[in-house]
Amino acid sequence: MGLEVDNLWVLNVSGYEVWITETIFNTWIIMAVLIVLAVAVRIKLRNFETVPKGFQNLAESAIEMFENFTVGTLGKEVSYIAPWFFMVFVFILSSCLFSCFGLRAPTADWATTFALALASFVIMIFMGFKHRKGKYLKSFFEPNVIFFPLNLIGEIAKPVSLSFRLFGNMLSGTIILALYYALTPLFLQIGIPALLHAFFDVVFGALQTYIFVIISFNYVKSAVE
Amino acid sequence: MQDPLAFVIGIAHIAAAIALLNGVTTTFGQAKIAAQAIESIGRQPEAADSIRSLMFVGMAMGETSGIYGLLIAIIMLFANPLVTIMLNYLG
Repeated sequence: MGLEVDNLWVLNVSGYEVWITETIFNTWIIMAVLIVLAVAVRIKLRNFETVPKGFQNLAESAIEMFENFTVGTLGKEVSYIAPWFFMVFVFILSSCLFSCFGLRAPTADWATTFALALASFVIMIFMGFKHRKGKYLKSFFEPNVIFFPLNLIGEIAKPVSLSFRLFGNMLSGTIILALYYALTPLFLQIGIPALLHAFFDVVFGALQTYIFVIISFNYVKSAVE
Repeated sequence: MQDPLAFVIGIAHIAAAIALLNGVTTTFGQAKIAAQAIESIGRQPEAADSIRSLMFVGMAMGETSGIYGLLIAIIMLFANPLVTIMLNYLG
């Protein structure tokens, strides 16, 4: 566990070098776990009953909690984008918890967070055009035409700040833990890092996941209304 | 000045320390947000849920400048473009 992203393999695809980094490999592991979980829920969905118990209770309460959260922030008309943000929520949360196993979290790489932030940005523009049509385009020229460059810079800064926030928080945790592992003798590395992991990965990870999703919601809301 | 590269690296470390100084103001801002939120919850406990979520969003917004400072410090220490320029210049 170091500061930089290690390169595992270099593939050669018709003359181009494709670098398989630690981040991509860890993302594959998380994707595999999440897909297996989703398929398990889908198989169990067949014999769900009207009165939930056990596993069904857990799945239903998770979905219901997120749906209430979406309706509370976005309102009923726009809440049909909740499934995408539920996926983002689960992915970011599990990748933040992933570094508890001593492996590098995918969110501690700017490529991952910028991809997620760019997706939120594209959804924001799409929802703006879908719900307000020409008025959304007009909102760039308000209150006057000469404010257009400022508004454009403000819009472009949104995905950048959204991605840097998550990336900076996760990278700072990774750096502090790497420094701790590098500087302390072996007998201090048993037990004590669990507290640091609990603080920097679990607490900060959960908080930043919540903040990423709620700020994406606010962007979508400001585009729609 | 004996070694220009050592001078550039030393200045980069000082620059990283200065960039991290904005944590002071960021912390003041976040403390003010938390204090105001606690005051509002104490005055109006039934609105605690919405105040709490607003507090988190405001804290995240205020944290952005601190994160930018951290990123500048990390770039200065680990991916400094001036060191490469200096190495090319020295040959």
